[in-house]
Amino acid sequence: MTPDPAHAKDAARHRLSPARVLDVDALLDDPTTRIVVCCGSGGVGKTTTAAALGLRAAERGRKVVVLTIDPARRLAQSMGIDSLDNVPRRVKGTEDRGASRSDSVEGGGGSRAGGELHAMMLDMKRTFDEVVEAHADPERAAAILANPFYQSLSAGFAGTQEYMAMEKLGQLRARDEWDLIVVDTPPSRSALDFLDAPKRLGSFLDGRLIRLLTAPAKLGGRAGMAFLNVGMSIMTGTLGKLLGGQLLKDVQTFVAAMDTTFGGFRTRADATYKLLQAPGTAFLVVAAPERDALREAAYFVERLAAEDMPLVGLVLNRVHGSGADRLSAERALAAAENLEEPRIVDQEGGKAGLRNSPDTDDSSESPASERHSPGADRDIDQLTAGLLRLHADRMQLLSREQRTRDRFTARHPEVAVVEVAALPGDVHDLAGLRDIGDRLAANRPELPETPAEA
Amino acid sequence: MSRLQVVSGKGGTGKTTVAAALALALATEGKRTLLVEVEGRQGIAQLFETEALPYEERKIAVAPGGGEVHALAIDPELALLDYLQMFYKLGGAGRALNKLGAIDFATTIAPGLRDVLLTGKACEAVRRKDKAGRFVYDYVVMDAPPTGRITRFLNVNDEVAGLAKIGPIHNQAQAVMRVLKSPETAVHLVTLLEEMPVQETADGIAELRAARLPVGRVIVNMVRPQVLDATDLDLVGTVPRSAVAQSLSAAGLGGARRGGNAEKLVDPLLAQAAEYTERYALEEEQRAVLGELGLPLHELPLLAEGMDLAGLYELATELRKQGMS
Repeated sequence: MTPDPAHAKDAARHRLSPARVLDVDALLDDPTTRIVVCCGSGGVGKTTTAAALGLRAAERGRKVVVLTIDPARRLAQSMGIDSLDNVPRRVKGTEDRGASRSDSVEGGGGSRAGGELHAMMLDMKRTFDEVVEAHADPERAAAILANPFYQSLSAGFAGTQEYMAMEKLGQLRARDEWDLIVVDTPPSRSALDFLDAPKRLGSFLDGRLIRLLTAPAKLGGRAGMAFLNVGMSIMTGTLGKLLGGQLLKDVQTFVAAMDTTFGGFRTRADATYKLLQAPGTAFLVVAAPERDALREAAYFVERLAAEDMPLVGLVLNRVHGSGADRLSAERALAAAENLEEPRIVDQEGGKAGLRNSPDTDDSSESPASERHSPGADRDIDQLTAGLLRLHADRMQLLSREQRTRDRFTARHPEVAVVEVAALPGDVHDLAGLRDIGDRLAANRPELPETPAEA
Repeated sequence: MSRLQVVSGKGGTGKTTVAAALALALATEGKRTLLVEVEGRQGIAQLFETEALPYEERKIAVAPGGGEVHALAIDPELALLDYLQMFYKLGGAGRALNKLGAIDFATTIAPGLRDVLLTGKACEAVRRKDKAGRFVYDYVVMDAPPTGRITRFLNVNDEVAGLAKIGPIHNQAQAVMRVLKSPETAVHLVTLLEEMPVQETADGIAELRAARLPVGRVIVNMVRPQVLDATDLDLVGTVPRSAVAQSLSAAGLGGARRGGNAEKLVDPLLAQAAEYTERYALEEEQRAVLGELGLPLHELPLLAEGMDLAGLYELATELRKQGMS
């Protein structure tokens, strides 16, 4: 676990340090992969990654459902899931691209068919309502749904969204209509919420305190409970004063109704938790090559390990590259400065033609002869200087990203990484998602001995 | 200038950084500001390169001209205990409640109680005066929850005041709401020049306005420098490759002939320029969208060396220059 600084430093000189490389297609093609969970901090492209993985898996023949939490509007529209009805919809416009399979015909209708993409956007309140409706008789359900405490809770206080995402995942898994579920996770305050919230909510609604609040009579008869009863009355008294009596009563009726109607939130939370630990679930931590995002990613990796959650790798989004990476930032800047001070060069060089380096004087293809207008030359020199400055910026960005990334790999050499090249714009259609999918799968760098397995 | 400055923004836009820079900017020239963190992420400590902040106000930075930035990471559970202590002199009973999970319960599940305590603590700091009757802090800057939750977070007091119809929580909620909805408060939104954050900013502003919360300014963070000007952008698509090759060669980067070192640079450099152009066009689109919001706009540069303490001072200076403090 301890990073070897010498090794890390050395690795920084290569474009890719010797981290394990994640083979995305192998993961998606493996029929035993049933759930892929994309997690990570906000703003790193979790939703896009989840959607791109879902599309790719579907186009490679799997029957996939993608559960997104908060997709960009245009992305949602392009997938046809912008209507919030809380059920998966078939996404139109997917293609069979059986990829590596020998019996597949790219783009042909006759390839190994069966791939389907379904997608949905989580409606947290609706999901909560459905849980209540499914487990309570109509009369009781109506009472719960009308309870002001329930309404506040279900509309999204801390943890509800996380809990409902997991609840929905459980539901989708139970329906067994899809052979792969790809889940996006809520933009949590911190990486931990998503793992903690279901448990917390579950244990609160099912916990000791709730029992004290709701059923003092039951406890009264038991030996050893006298103390608790005293504590309880102080507490209900205090909470009553604090929250106002009506609110406490609402809480009590709410919890009582919940408690008697379905056999404990904790049981459900535990089931979801076990589902996440089960073989067939694959966690992908999504990050961008920025310090904060990768710090959060490292934190997440450690946390998943501590919880026995099966991590398969890190998706590093928005990684920059350059086709001219042999030209360093320093040289590019120096060259740009050369071009931006043309007077000095002109004076020293005399004729404009001499400004070209020696091996350009072959005039048969004669680029030199095209430089007749001095004004145009200046524009072009200025543009070239701009291109060089742009390149210098790019190279600086590259080395910063590389350093950040290497710090992560030094700390977690065991984590397989896949890098996704940055796109200039946003992704908001299937073609864009397909492109991301290709980039996710194309990450087979020049390192021979890194077989990536899940 | 409002004394409570709330900074929100979509995740990943750097709202903590902007909040910290704003606190520094407002502290410049002998003022005292309090930078408040409400989400328990210790982002402020990381930014100022100090150890994790306790639930206690402490000085974390000195601003140019002698001002001070203090910071506080509000822990809702401790805030509730504080609060109980203040109103009920609970002592040991408070600890017992904590053991039973009551505090945890109350702050996590009781609707909005957590948020009431967080905003309540910030408002208390805004109103706090010393013995001489002067405000202890000239400004309080809050690193608030993200745009998607900010209206609910700030407005939760209204909700709670409705739910808890009587009692100290009710009164507290109403008092907090009076501060939050007054000109004493300004809610700023941090965004990037990208589609989703801009969309979220527009939505967030609409929500804040609907809730009658005072919207302040829009701060565009991490703005890339303009490297290519209009002439360059026009030229990029049409310039002959050979001319660029010659120019590169003239700059001392090798031969311009086919296969020469300068010539080999042309395609990748033009490809990078094409990406830049596409990105620039998208950014201009987003700038236009932001322009229509009818709010003061500020732009903070992307720091080439990444974010560190020196960068924070740089951003603070920039905010001052742009008249945000």
